[in-house]
Amino acid sequence: MLIFILRRLFQSVIVMLVVALIAFLIFRYVGDPIVSMAGVDTRLEDQELMRQRLGLNDPFYVQFWNFLTNALQGNFGISYRLQQPAMRLILDRLPATIELAVVSATLALVLGVLMGIFTALRARSFLSGVIMTLSLVGVSLPTFLIGIGLIYIFAVELQWLPSNGRGVTVQLGWWRTGFLTESGLRSLILPAITLSLFQMTLIMRLVRAEMMEVLRSDYIRFARARGLPDRVINFRHALKNTLVPVITITGLQLGSVIAFAIVTETVFQWPGVGSLFITSVQAVDVPVMATYLMMVGLVFVTINLVVDILYYLVDPRLRVQGKGR
Amino acid sequence: MTDPTIPPETATPETSAPRGFWQRLFDSDIWFSWSRSPVTIIATLVALALILGAALAPWIAPHTPFNPATVELMDGFTPPGAQALSGTSYLLGTDDQGRDMLSTIMYGSRVSLFVGFAATLFAMTLGIALGLTAGYRGGFADTLIMRIADVQLSFPAILIALLIFGVAQGLIPASQQEQTAVWVLILAIGLSNWAQFARTVRGTTMVERQKDYVSAARLLGRNPLAIVTRHVLPNVLGPVLVIATISLALAIIEEATLSYLGVGVPPTQPSLGTLIRIGQRFLFSGEWWILAFPAVTLILLALSVNLLGDWLRDALNPRLRK
Repeated sequence: MLIFILRRLFQSVIVMLVVALIAFLIFRYVGDPIVSMAGVDTRLEDQELMRQRLGLNDPFYVQFWNFLTNALQGNFGISYRLQQPAMRLILDRLPATIELAVVSATLALVLGVLMGIFTALRARSFLSGVIMTLSLVGVSLPTFLIGIGLIYIFAVELQWLPSNGRGVTVQLGWWRTGFLTESGLRSLILPAITLSLFQMTLIMRLVRAEMMEVLRSDYIRFARARGLPDRVINFRHALKNTLVPVITITGLQLGSVIAFAIVTETVFQWPGVGSLFITSVQAVDVPVMATYLMMVGLVFVTINLVVDILYYLVDPRLRVQGKGR
Repeated sequence: MTDPTIPPETATPETSAPRGFWQRLFDSDIWFSWSRSPVTIIATLVALALILGAALAPWIAPHTPFNPATVELMDGFTPPGAQALSGTSYLLGTDDQGRDMLSTIMYGSRVSLFVGFAATLFAMTLGIALGLTAGYRGGFADTLIMRIADVQLSFPAILIALLIFGVAQGLIPASQQEQTAVWVLILAIGLSNWAQFARTVRGTTMVERQKDYVSAARLLGRNPLAIVTRHVLPNVLGPVLVIATISLALAIIEEATLSYLGVGVPPTQPSLGTLIRIGQRFLFSGEWWILAFPAVTLILLALSVNLLGDWLRDALNPRLRK
């Protein structure tokens, strides 16, 4: 167990180093940092002085090392556009994205698994047909169109829910939350639905396929022969065995929630990291781009690691195999 | 992906004299499966209509929306079908600057489809080349290419495309960004989609490599490049075609998303995504047609190409054939 975790941890560190290298290359070689910081009317001698002081003339590995040590201390340089530390910009906007992502992921997981079970058990029913058709349409529609459609129905026509922003937020230490006010919660509904739809259909289809596969297997037939009630068979025997791949996919999908959050945040003008990243790409604000890349890389690597360990805990077969070695 | 797909034309037993192309086409399994699926026929017709409308836009569009000389600013915000101030009536209405929506959409689909096709072609070429190399050579090249593909596939395509786009914009001087934007976009979307091609081609190539005809070609002393391109490549194209269709739908959506986010094509060459971005501004003021028609066009395009991909996957899969 320990060896397995250590080995995975080592791989994660390597991946993080590669991500850091890419971030560093972007940071260092996309545009000239001096020109971006100093502007065009600084004298050449002064520019050279700045170059010296910032260590831009040092050999490559020294610069990379400095970038790494700075990054570990949370120092990613100053945003060209806003003249503030890139790390602080990201941290300021992180709570908004995390709240959105967590709510959508929960929504997707709960509804996706429930609908998956339903469509597997009642495969012939009319409602299952409706759900399956809707999911097919949901997969081929771009996220931003779904968001705009929801805005049109619920904000423009019905005027039930706000169409943009986070509503009133409350400051809790450094964390700015929208969970505590009514307008904050109302503002969360549409973006959360938009962001969760794609993952929801994915999880639903996966649960359905796995469940139908399991329901055909011998041990389920045997359980039926033993006269166990349907509820026990479906939920204790069948569902448990469908959950392993569901955990993996859901975990990996958490990462794409962050990527799709870029789109959703732009549609609803949600003040999170995703919309910050978009404006940074438009303005070629390299330090913020590099910081965002590092952050997303860290999230992905952590999720992968956690999923692998969970997998190991959930599936006993892997543990036995591990001991055999 | 285990079995190489047999080209359907050769699957039907050749009867007597050589027959023409159309005759062979109508006799093939593909045609049979196509003509038996109403959904597929509709999807084909919709896709063809959209593609033709886009390709022929300069000749058949009722107006030239990007030529200021022909645009009546007075006609702005004319609802669909209504009579505008200048006396002209526009089938799908006009936008805020009095441009005819139908023509704008036709020109917009032109940009969307061009980027979509070019990006898919680029991803396909790159993916096939790397997949063939990995599958045929094996060893270190295989490990390296597949590792990169694994890592890339674990990151969402849109994120990779955004990053590549951002980096490229940083490297290109601002004065040239407008002309190069479309090509940068093609590069970014293509580079974010090559991995699926590489994976499939590698798998099929590894199976093909074991076969007698490859050994025979090797014994004859053909050089590896010729074996791979002339002998192996034609046999891996079946699955590639399926992925290319699905990848085209993905590329169109990806381009629309990037343009919607405002990092895609320049405003002087609006694609469907840009039109939707512009249309969203008028959602609250009741001019629904500026948003709705580009959105419907994009949905129809993505949906029809997706349905074609689904059908192609089933039609080319010998295991599903009865």
